[in-house]
Amino acid sequence: MSYPGMRDLKLREALIFERSREGRRGYSLPEEDLTGAESILPAELRRDELDLPEVSEVDVVRHYTRLSTYNFSLDLGFYPLGSCTMKYNPKVNEKLVRNPQFTELHPETPVRFAQGTLKIMYEMQRMLAEIGGFAACTLNPSAGAHGEYTGIGIIRSYFAKTGDTKRKKIIIPDSAHGTNPASCALNGFEVVVLESDEHGKVDLATLKSLLNDEVAGIMLTNPNTLGVFESDILEITKMVHEAGGLVYGDGANMNALLGVARPGDMGIDVLHYNLHKTFSTPHGGGGPGAGPVGVCQKLVEFLPNPFVVCENGVYSFKNSSDAMGRVRSFYGNMGVTLKAFIYILEYGREHLGETAKNAVLNANYIKACLKDYYHLKYKSDTLHEVVFDDSEMPNHVTTMDIAKALIDRGYHPPTVYFPLIVHGALMIEPTESESKETLDEFIEAMIDIAEKAKSDPENILNAPLSTAISRPDETLAARKPVLKWVRN
Amino acid sequence: MSNYSVPSNLRFSETHEWVEDLGNNKYRIGISDFAAQHVGDITYVELPEINEDVDNESVVCNIETVKSSEDINNQISGTVVTINEMLSENPEIVGADCYGDGWLYEVQSDSDEDFKALMSADEYDKFLDEQDDE
Amino acid sequence: MRYLPITDSERKEMLEKIGVKSVDDLFSPLPKSVLLKKELNIPSSMSEPELEKMMDELGKENCGANMLSFLGGGCYRHFCPALVDQMISRSEFYTSYTPYQPEVSQGTLQAIFEFQTMIANLFQMDVANASMYDGATAAAEAVLMAHKIQTKRRKVLIASTINPQYLETIRTYTSFVVDTIELLEMDPATGCVAESELAKIDSDTICVLFQYPNYFGMIENLKKISALTHEAGALLIPVVTEATALGVIATPGSIDADIAVGDGQALGIPMNFGGPGVGLFTCKEKHVRKMPGRLIGETVDRNGNRCFVLTLSAREQHIKREKATSNICSNQGLMATAASIYLATMGKQGLRDVALMNLKRADYLKKKIASETACRIAFNGCNYNEFTILAPMDACELLKAFGEKGILGGIAAKKYFPELDNAVIVNTTEVHTYGELDRFVDALKEIAGGAK
Repeated sequence: MSYPGMRDLKLREALIFERSREGRRGYSLPEEDLTGAESILPAELRRDELDLPEVSEVDVVRHYTRLSTYNFSLDLGFYPLGSCTMKYNPKVNEKLVRNPQFTELHPETPVRFAQGTLKIMYEMQRMLAEIGGFAACTLNPSAGAHGEYTGIGIIRSYFAKTGDTKRKKIIIPDSAHGTNPASCALNGFEVVVLESDEHGKVDLATLKSLLNDEVAGIMLTNPNTLGVFESDILEITKMVHEAGGLVYGDGANMNALLGVARPGDMGIDVLHYNLHKTFSTPHGGGGPGAGPVGVCQKLVEFLPNPFVVCENGVYSFKNSSDAMGRVRSFYGNMGVTLKAFIYILEYGREHLGETAKNAVLNANYIKACLKDYYHLKYKSDTLHEVVFDDSEMPNHVTTMDIAKALIDRGYHPPTVYFPLIVHGALMIEPTESESKETLDEFIEAMIDIAEKAKSDPENILNAPLSTAISRPDETLAARKPVLKWVRN
Repeated sequence: MSNYSVPSNLRFSETHEWVEDLGNNKYRIGISDFAAQHVGDITYVELPEINEDVDNESVVCNIETVKSSEDINNQISGTVVTINEMLSENPEIVGADCYGDGWLYEVQSDSDEDFKALMSADEYDKFLDEQDDE
Repeated sequence: MRYLPITDSERKEMLEKIGVKSVDDLFSPLPKSVLLKKELNIPSSMSEPELEKMMDELGKENCGANMLSFLGGGCYRHFCPALVDQMISRSEFYTSYTPYQPEVSQGTLQAIFEFQTMIANLFQMDVANASMYDGATAAAEAVLMAHKIQTKRRKVLIASTINPQYLETIRTYTSFVVDTIELLEMDPATGCVAESELAKIDSDTICVLFQYPNYFGMIENLKKISALTHEAGALLIPVVTEATALGVIATPGSIDADIAVGDGQALGIPMNFGGPGVGLFTCKEKHVRKMPGRLIGETVDRNGNRCFVLTLSAREQHIKREKATSNICSNQGLMATAASIYLATMGKQGLRDVALMNLKRADYLKKKIASETACRIAFNGCNYNEFTILAPMDACELLKAFGEKGILGGIAAKKYFPELDNAVIVNTTEVHTYGELDRFVDALKEIAGGAK
């Protein structure tokens, strides 16, 4: 059995402030006489001391290089993280976006001097609309949750314009990601929870009972957070539309459909994409991401400002007077959008569908190999991800223990304790990037854990044993928060 | 008999809050042993403000752990007169001594209606028994 | 396709194990009518050399990247040390996931803990979070947070001199939550909030939000705004869109700010046509549980080793769901790491030097424009690296003429403030040589005329 992805280097690296020494310099600026420059400002507008480190360039480079060795990363090994779509981040994207012709462009540059970037933005708006089956798309939102906020804001603006102000509720299945109800609340909507049925899906009768003229719409993830496709989707969207509502699609699970089917064709009126999931842009340890939003024809006028248009081959920005409003400064995370643009073009129309097909194949293979070792709460067919749980684990072994045991075997754990409707959920999404050997090795590791849970539970309960730190005290961190370094 | 501690001088709600009659329509509120055992390691307790007017349908208190956030349902309509100041430094007391030092806050009401509407200790004990059977 | 490792024979084996005949069978839950029957209308697949060529060609159309630029307005061209990009190009930083599993993410966790420390120190505030999307959303969330704290008040006051995109974003986020938003109007002589407007601060005011240096480059009356806000029991929310200014200017902490936000793009992050930058969010310790965004805290592991974890997560969407402080999930992690590396590299002395170089250049440029050209300096008062000039002609005409000389002369204020039709906002930073500043002045003389 191989243990991919572990490092043997276990340095204890201090905080950068602890490496600081008075008088050290790590920067290079042109020589300039700055004496007296500070008196350009009167004393009462000047700050007193500035508490930042004083370190040399070598200190900075060693510090961050060492810190990086404490991270597991996608380039190092497998992340079977359900709902996150940790697919390979292509290196050509990294290289091409660093072209100074793109990085050195100021956002207030007159459009006639920025036609390259504007053309890319226009094309991305168009391609993302085409991929999802929508009439138009905005690139402004900077993350999935930001896209959700924007999409629900579009729904709010639509009903404000039609004068249908009674619609103050949005239906959300209990399997939804926490950002869904949070995005609704941020837009002033009340959340109505729809309980999933015994298959983990939306039951049509339950939905019908919740629909009325106070409902603005429904927020759906399809396939849902169990990896299960809502096969009644056409009926669901029809019912919501007949009740006068709109359908919001959370595109986090778009990797199951990319190039195979389009949410817009299923009756979804508005959907956000996660470029850092489906479209391979790097996760960066927590961002930056991008959350473009696609809409059907009747919602186009509500897209946030500004929007790129093309007239006679010239690209420029346009503002709609019915726009839901600005959602951030400038135009969005362009540096991220550029990477996704290159990704889509590398696959092209011939190959884009192969992502979903391989992703779904890989997930079902893992499911077939592990279903005799781990409990599956729902028996429905799944697409690109599968949710096991710890309910049949012996010796009080929990999902948390399984996750930590996987770390010892060289993997980042899967998503744990989500969705909430599966107690002790273990959500696995391999993506299309992984080879059969990687999947087989992972499966072997999971089977080993299941077996050790029976025969040698201490090994699992005390995991991880191979990392520099183990089982940090999160309760202490929350009771007595220490959120910055303070000099003694 | 359930497996949980249920002091006989208190009354209880279905959502596991206890209420103690302090006399003159003043009441003290906390969470029951059942709730304390199920909630996990408490990291923070959000209490209402003194002089805040509260009704018996609202959520004015919240208990946090590392991984969860539990709303506490207020049971007595009135005005908040005291809060348990110890909990800001030591929130874990709620779990360790839920009927004693782990009380949450006190409300001054103008009647005993809300208190009377709650379950008696015996009724709550039976209620817990039924819960455990599920 | 190079990113898809499964071979045909492996596929066959896997399908057998699963128990279906083809991959298409796995999509059987989908209604037949929605399965795509023809290819998407997107371009044909491209190879790496073709992609390189294409991006090269497109890049050439961005001539604005090659012009001498004096554009500011919330995004700034600063010197980015080579080592910042080198470090964030380490795949352990950029291809790693959000640090939910602390044992395998101590690199990211420690880097962001250091970021929180440095931003808190830069702002002289108690706590900084792990970043927001940008300054505009940070400002919007600050108002929402203030609204949650000041439950008995109804009015939000915002300086009309803040970045107009920030104001629009704040309105989007708060329009149906906050009862009233009133603007504090500008004094046309100073380019800052008029003193008489401060009389609007009263016992019904939730917060007073203002920016410094403001959109016109001017530093507002910090002491007065702070005093009147606190007297009225309202929350003080300063916004800093040009983070290097805090290398020399009085901090939000020094004026007793309750919440202070801004954007850190100026800290070693390239402009990238407006994003990704990094939203900065700080506040007083007593408000930390109402703060949006992720927070990283120090703790110990079971062997007593110091380590770092995401903490106070109960505030966030994955736990509180619709009652969360915000819906934010992903933030700007890698850019926060970049800003952190920049601050560590420049350090105590370097950031101060950068700030002084900016101050000097703006001062030099301002004086030269005033003495040698037909343009006037619009406002009396102090500024940092940005200021506003008034031309004897329409601002757009002026900038068009600059464009023909290969110079991006500044932002026409009338884009957002239609009444200021001959005002141009000019920015200079340490990347300009004094020779380039002279070039600007010479061009301005030619276009608008010399001094009378």
